Amino acid sequence: MPDHRVDALVDTLTRRQFVRAAGAAAGGLLVGFNLSACNSGTVSGGPASGQATGDGPLLANAFIRIALDNSVAVLVNHSEKGNGAYTALPMLIAEELDLDWSSISVEPAPTSPEYYHAWWGVYITGGSTSTGSSWEPLRTAGAKTRAMLLDAASRYWGTDASGLTTAGGHVVDAANGRKLAYGDLIATIREHDIQPPESVALKNPADFTIIGKDRRRIDAPEKVTGKAVFGIDVELPDLKTATVARSPVYGGKVRSFDASEALEVEGVVKVKEVSSGVAVVADNFWAASKGRDALQVEWDLGPNEGLSTAAFFEEYRQLVDTDGLVAEDVGDVEAAFREFGDSEDSRIVEAVYELPYLAHATMEPMNAVARVQGDRCEVWSGTQFQSNDRLLIAEYLGLPEESVVIHRSLMGGSFGRRASTIADFTLEAVEVANGESFPVKVIWSREDDMRGGFYRPLFVHKIRGLVDGGGTIRAWHQRAAGQSIMQDTVFEQAYMADGVDVYSMDGCVDQPYSIANHRVESHNPPKVGPLPLWWRAVGQTHTGFAYESFLDELAHAAGRDPMELRLELTREFPRMHKVLETMAEAVGWGSPRPANRGVGLAARTAFGSFLAEVAEITVTDDRQISVDKVTCVIDCGRAVNPLGVRAQVQSGIVYGMTAAMSGEIDIEQGRVRQSNFHDYPVMRMPHMPEVVVHIVDSGADPSGVGEPPTAPIAAALTNALFDATGERVRKLPLVNQGWRLRS
Amino acid sequence: MTRLYVNGTEHEIDAPADTPLLWVLRDVLKLAGTKYGCGIAQCGSCTVHVDGAPVRACVMPLASVAGKSVTTIEGVADGETLNPVQQAWLEHDVVQCGYCQSGQIMSAIALLDRNPNPSDAEIDQAMAGNICRCGTYQRIRKAIKAVAAQ
Repeated sequence: MPDHRVDALVDTLTRRQFVRAAGAAAGGLLVGFNLSACNSGTVSGGPASGQATGDGPLLANAFIRIALDNSVAVLVNHSEKGNGAYTALPMLIAEELDLDWSSISVEPAPTSPEYYHAWWGVYITGGSTSTGSSWEPLRTAGAKTRAMLLDAASRYWGTDASGLTTAGGHVVDAANGRKLAYGDLIATIREHDIQPPESVALKNPADFTIIGKDRRRIDAPEKVTGKAVFGIDVELPDLKTATVARSPVYGGKVRSFDASEALEVEGVVKVKEVSSGVAVVADNFWAASKGRDALQVEWDLGPNEGLSTAAFFEEYRQLVDTDGLVAEDVGDVEAAFREFGDSEDSRIVEAVYELPYLAHATMEPMNAVARVQGDRCEVWSGTQFQSNDRLLIAEYLGLPEESVVIHRSLMGGSFGRRASTIADFTLEAVEVANGESFPVKVIWSREDDMRGGFYRPLFVHKIRGLVDGGGTIRAWHQRAAGQSIMQDTVFEQAYMADGVDVYSMDGCVDQPYSIANHRVESHNPPKVGPLPLWWRAVGQTHTGFAYESFLDELAHAAGRDPMELRLELTREFPRMHKVLETMAEAVGWGSPRPANRGVGLAARTAFGSFLAEVAEITVTDDRQISVDKVTCVIDCGRAVNPLGVRAQVQSGIVYGMTAAMSGEIDIEQGRVRQSNFHDYPVMRMPHMPEVVVHIVDSGADPSGVGEPPTAPIAAALTNALFDATGERVRKLPLVNQGWRLRS
Repeated sequence: MTRLYVNGTEHEIDAPADTPLLWVLRDVLKLAGTKYGCGIAQCGSCTVHVDGAPVRACVMPLASVAGKSVTTIEGVADGETLNPVQQAWLEHDVVQCGYCQSGQIMSAIALLDRNPNPSDAEIDQAMAGNICRCGTYQRIRKAIKAVAAQ
């Protein structure tokens, strides 16, 4: 699990470092992206303001740049991929700094340590932590900047600072009826060399005017007009476009190739071998594609030629019948089975759940732009993990990290895919561009993207449980088998304990249910075939399905209502309990319903948040499912932007519904069968249920929102299906059991 | 050379006849608002209007649109005044990652042009070809209905 130590980023910097870091940041901003809260005339991809020279804008700290015209740039150190970071994070600063929202613009912060993740010490967006990890640092940055401005105004007016307040981007002297724009105080700050204070008091939440209020997305105006610049849209002088012919089997290598026909295609300028295959470099994408089609490549298919997902399932089914590494061991499961197993009132239930590989299938396929000139490399990439990208690029080129500049673009979805542990698509662009006099944009076709690996790993769970005659769960013994994401990566030390990948097992350990005897074991089968990667909600995508399905099975075995059972199990966990109580009331749990309708419940604690989802479905005799309504109750701590929270809940549910209904990558003879959206079908408008979101305000610090809603939805659906039909689905996707969504 | 009218401007395009309209727009005319998502007319990210009708630009060869009038996301606003659909998209905070939204908006405009007051089923039918992996469908539906109610 993420280490939630809050050694607030800015507080670790001395005051001098604060200002120096800001100066260093400016150098990286000469080319950047700029998204403004103003709805008029903003351009993404255009040049941002320049250096903080004597009469220029003030870099009050690493995150805040105030211009003389009183506009404020917020440097955001988390990626914008639909998650809303570019709106929620500026809200934290705007609250403490009392900014006029329309004066704010957003820039992606460059790859320097003052922008690294406040909890993790690398530059990454992930784990649903953008808001939570920024909660202290960004409010503190705003408050310290405000203190500097108050100090400056008091010196300017020669009055005591205690009588001054701030509002709408101004320092206000109410007693004397005067005010000063922040931008007009820059000269005073410089004149007196005013530094941020060592410490500062933050606002009382009762006084919040921005945090907790619906705020529309800052990036929306550019996105509805087609002006937003995603990685695939980056333009540079002399830019070439490349596609890469890749091995039909993951991990295969080029044996030989014949480029003669490819080079005859109009617009093709070069064909070269790279680690991932053969790159066709052309004046434009269409020429590169036709050139790739004309290539003749002989492949050495490598060790994965015989790989099949059916064999993985077979192997993992056998593994879960054997002892694994202990991930959690509460009480004494064996003793409980012995003690209660012989009683004729007791019921022992055993079930196996199977989940396939899943592709992220972002709307924008992978791509990146690179320019390598002399001892400098610039990369334009929609990336979630730019410190890792930079490190691996620097190692590849033999350059110091400082010589590698990453410009982070907007990204058309990510869901974990763009946080590549091996910087795959970014490094590939560097490899293609290396040695060339021109920059190169490598674009993956949809087929490349779908077949390119980095999948949610395939998992098998087996659970054996016992309920006694009184309906109490006496024992829970779970075994999981699936390839570890963290094993053999830079994260191994942090996220593997005694061989257990704690991120993969997240969701079947530390759950907020009081079960006296609870044992979870994990198997890490060999990492062969496509590299597994985090996929929205990571371990919770499979543990959530297995755990919440089995809890439902135990409830029915015990003749208990699934909601009532969960309410009892969560008595010691007040936040989870409150979520369930809220849900029961919200959906009118237990109301009568027609025979063809089903209601299913699943609950989770995930990424620090507590949530429950209820799916209400209608089924037809010919095995069609209409998901009529999904209700989500979530306690994600303080909801900084409730509008964004509701959007992310809808989003996570839709994403998880695709996985439950139709998501599946399968491999035969080393080849991925799926290729595009016709054979990897995803949720579309006619499938969309009404989604109702209730946010429980616990007053806790903000916790995860982006991933948690994906975790319970599959089990909520299959539990609803059981409710409607009595049929228990333990293998996803549902389409393979003959069920499909009605459209 | 192929003659084409894009957002009201005449262009003589020097590109092979089989080049899909999508890549003419993006790589030749540098109109990057129209997106590549699948290349086989399965996702709708590349939706534009040809002579007023919504088409998937990724499967429309340049030759097939010769002499025709193409409207892209860059051409639907009236100067600084957004198209009512774009405006509704802002008011309902529809977008998330935003990559599919040019196509969504172009499909929605085409729907409302021929059917100013669509039913839920008609919205489903008209928008079924546009995938959104962020799952913004609920807000898209509300935004379309809001425009219809104007």
